[in-house]
Amino acid sequence: MAVLVIADHDNAHLRDTTEKTVTAALQLSADVDLLVAGQGCKAVADAGAKITGVRKVLLAESAELGEGLAESMEALVVPLMADYDAVLTPATSQGKNFSPRIAARLDVAQISEIVEVIDASTFVRPIYAGNALETVQSSDAKKVITVRPTVFKAAADGGSAKVETIPAPAKPAKTHFVDQKLVKSARPELSGAKIVVSGGRAMGSAEEFQKVIEPLADKLGAAVGASRAAVDAGYAPNDYQVGQTGKVVAPELYIAIGISGAIQHLAGMKDSKVIVAINKDADAPIFQVADYGLVADYKTAVPDLMAALTAAGK
Amino acid sequence: MKVLVPVKRVIDYNVKARVKPDQTGVDLANVKMSMNPFCEIAVEEAVRLREKGVATEVVAISIGPPQASETLRTALAMGADRAILVQTTEDLEPLAVAKVLAAIIGRESPDLVVMGKQAIDGDNNATGQMLATLLDWPQATFASAIEVAGGKAKVTREVDGGLQTLEIDLPGIVTADLRLNEPRYASLPNIMKAKKKELAIEELASLGVDTAPRLKVVKVTEPAKRAGGVKVETAADLVAKLKTEAGVL
Repeated sequence: MAVLVIADHDNAHLRDTTEKTVTAALQLSADVDLLVAGQGCKAVADAGAKITGVRKVLLAESAELGEGLAESMEALVVPLMADYDAVLTPATSQGKNFSPRIAARLDVAQISEIVEVIDASTFVRPIYAGNALETVQSSDAKKVITVRPTVFKAAADGGSAKVETIPAPAKPAKTHFVDQKLVKSARPELSGAKIVVSGGRAMGSAEEFQKVIEPLADKLGAAVGASRAAVDAGYAPNDYQVGQTGKVVAPELYIAIGISGAIQHLAGMKDSKVIVAINKDADAPIFQVADYGLVADYKTAVPDLMAALTAAGK
Repeated sequence: MKVLVPVKRVIDYNVKARVKPDQTGVDLANVKMSMNPFCEIAVEEAVRLREKGVATEVVAISIGPPQASETLRTALAMGADRAILVQTTEDLEPLAVAKVLAAIIGRESPDLVVMGKQAIDGDNNATGQMLATLLDWPQATFASAIEVAGGKAKVTREVDGGLQTLEIDLPGIVTADLRLNEPRYASLPNIMKAKKKELAIEELASLGVDTAPRLKVVKVTEPAKRAGGVKVETAADLVAKLKTEAGVL
């Protein structure tokens, strides 16, 4: 069987979610091709060609593919599926946007956010905010799958696949791109960061969130996250949200500050290697998943932590 | 302009799902059920569009067991004008749900469908995109703002790293993200009024849609639990432990 992986990138750089998805794909078959769709993204295709295990890279470029329009992605991928038995996409907001369209057009189920490959038609996926794991077996001829990248190791570099340019589909008639505002940040991206510092509703205001969480994150070279409660209250942008309905992260170190640990937040971070919780409520559920808990008001604990990190040479 | 809002009855978002000992699924007996939070946001948005005079009718639809009529009553109490229950005790996959919705839409001809981006039970985040594909209607997912004018919807979308704005020709499909709005609580007078609103019930079988499952659930298990951690006394202790014991600093 042949498997197509759809690359996750920003037209300039390949994201490591792609290499992780390649790892999942190689568990289905040794014949894995990579599709890079975007605009001005030749460098991404070249980076993809270096991933060990990738047989060839397909490169398609157009303005709409660069804008990530779901209709364009579907129109590009569906005809390609004549040559593939499965298509795997990293479960990012971009992948989640177009992958179900491919499934619907092929009249097959989407197998969403898999965390384990049992065999070429059997997969494990989290349901109910990760409180249960469902093992499903697909009876469809073609498999359309999104992959939770955090649970797979990135495939290493070392390959030298060839890059083949393929035509882009026509512009979609009924969807029009207006603009895109991306936040420029010197911090690492939340989904791929080694350390994440997250703040919760206890911060009380957006100013306090910035004053407390961001300097600590910068000291650790960490990405900034937030609980849904903090996002709901307007203390942090939605893009920071860690949880069932936001981003799923699994860093080496996750520091939760003033976060109680609602079910839906735990769903987004409980696979982190080491979890630290700072909360003044000793009974907060976050302490049940934390490796290290500090029962203290963040107002004193965070400055103390900053000082201790400085003393430790950070 | 007519707006259709699909809603789903799911486990209440505050309740922790428990896996059945026989590994056949999640135990939903005697568990509090509510409207899926993202569906609530979708209902709120549709009702606001009607209050602004943009929409003239809001129709809520649910596919589910007889108890899903309670979920539809909630939508009616929030301000939807009428409701349709497609009754079934089967647990439908997103593709099947999209096919059923497409069949109803063929008859109802709404100008806009606003629906939640994801249900918090299956966590698929797929039905809206599938529905748009089946109907060949444009889609704008993960909406944090919707402006409707001149037969188009301008939708601000939550994407990785920021916001994207798309304009779609109507009819179209919009899926709601968390920050689109804050849903209202239905007032007691509105709950009473909702009891008198039209709620049409039809059997899934009568629609003649293929809803056969494509995925066989082999088993449902509990995820591995994290081993309990330790409490530290001071921030300095914490840093020391992270450095020497955990080795992550």
